[in-house]
Amino acid sequence: MGYSLDFGWLAGAAGVIARGAAMTLLLIAVTTLAGTFLSILGAAGKRNGPKPLRLAIGCYVEVMRNTPFLVQLFFIFFGLPSLGVRLDPILAAMLAMTLNMAAYTIEIVGAGLDAVPRGQTEAALALGLRPRQVFIKIVLPQALKVIYPALTSQIVIMMLESAVVSQIAVRELTYEADMLQARTFRAFETYFVVTMVYLGLSMGLRRLLVSGGRQVLGAGVS
Amino acid sequence: MIEFTFWDIVRNLLLAARWTVLLSLAAFIGGALVGLVVLFFRIAKNKWVKRIASGYIALFQGTPLLMQLFLMFFGLPMLGLRIEPWTAAVLGLTFFASAYLAEIWRGGVDALPRGQWDAGASLGLHYLQELRLIILPQAFAITRAPTVGFLVQLIKSTALTSIIGFEELVRTSNAINNATFEPFKVYGLVALIFFVMCFPLTQYARRLERAAAR
Repeated sequence: MGYSLDFGWLAGAAGVIARGAAMTLLLIAVTTLAGTFLSILGAAGKRNGPKPLRLAIGCYVEVMRNTPFLVQLFFIFFGLPSLGVRLDPILAAMLAMTLNMAAYTIEIVGAGLDAVPRGQTEAALALGLRPRQVFIKIVLPQALKVIYPALTSQIVIMMLESAVVSQIAVRELTYEADMLQARTFRAFETYFVVTMVYLGLSMGLRRLLVSGGRQVLGAGVS
Repeated sequence: MIEFTFWDIVRNLLLAARWTVLLSLAAFIGGALVGLVVLFFRIAKNKWVKRIASGYIALFQGTPLLMQLFLMFFGLPMLGLRIEPWTAAVLGLTFFASAYLAEIWRGGVDALPRGQWDAGASLGLHYLQELRLIILPQAFAITRAPTVGFLVQLIKSTALTSIIGFEELVRTSNAINNATFEPFKVYGLVALIFFVMCFPLTQYARRLERAAAR
């Protein structure tokens, strides 16, 4: 076999790879913030909301968890325009990722809320705090601390899943890899390098989240 | 131009869904076999063997499945193997599944009390007999819920093989969508088919989880 590996193209491609990685990080940053916010609302609604809302949230979670992300993405990007909602690829990607992640984190946040002892709520109410204050100031911080490790894993999984949005031409890391290999004809080397970049990103992201969590939520977060 | 009726679309999608099911089964069985080997490495007594298995698992859990499939698709021909999308899809998903299954089962092995090993040894069983007769049956039993949960994830992951050209449900739906221009209906139906495949398994996993908690 006369095939030899060639990484000579790498020097000229570093900028493109870095730009793709930046896009991937932007996508996951927006998804993390929006998804966590949405799942706090969802988990609270699933516990304290009126019955139709609880049912709707339950259905939403089941549908999102039992269908592939790729199909959800295609549905949003190709399907919604026929209803008159036309989304830019980046926006569609962010929307799909947020909705997908929220379905998983609603369950996670819900488990966290259940883990906070009932006495905490009662004590806060007895001190004269309003129900909303009790939720935001007493219950939620304790719940977040419990679920933080699970949330971290979900964020990393979502970052890896975001490779799929290259299929609707969002110029993130995988998309740039596709373009690079088409130009250099070095498919294996290109994907190998980009895979290693993803590995670095996921390890770095996990470390960042753990150390950031320690500072914000205090010790005991792993 | 050929007109597609609603039933033509459904029939074509269901025919394509056979390949999704077949691919999921092949990857799950292959992943279980390779995963068992990885598990043996992961719980070995030798530090270096253990470290190799940890690295293998970290590699597959820390990179996108799509990249793993691309590397399989473009990498294997370099070794002189002619590779079809079907082979790349099965092999890629097999290795992906093996890493996750090994890690799930490792959790089961770790959860067993140390006394189980000691009891096996005191009965005069050697290492492999201990694993086969005492440790693994219990480890599989307590990890049945996450194993079924992973099967759901694997079924959903087969969607990605459409990108390397394997003709399964999603790739067929792309072709139908290009012919009918009815993305809402086509992708909605695809989502429904996946849901019908995954939801019973999700419920089953949940029931197992509840039974284990009791």
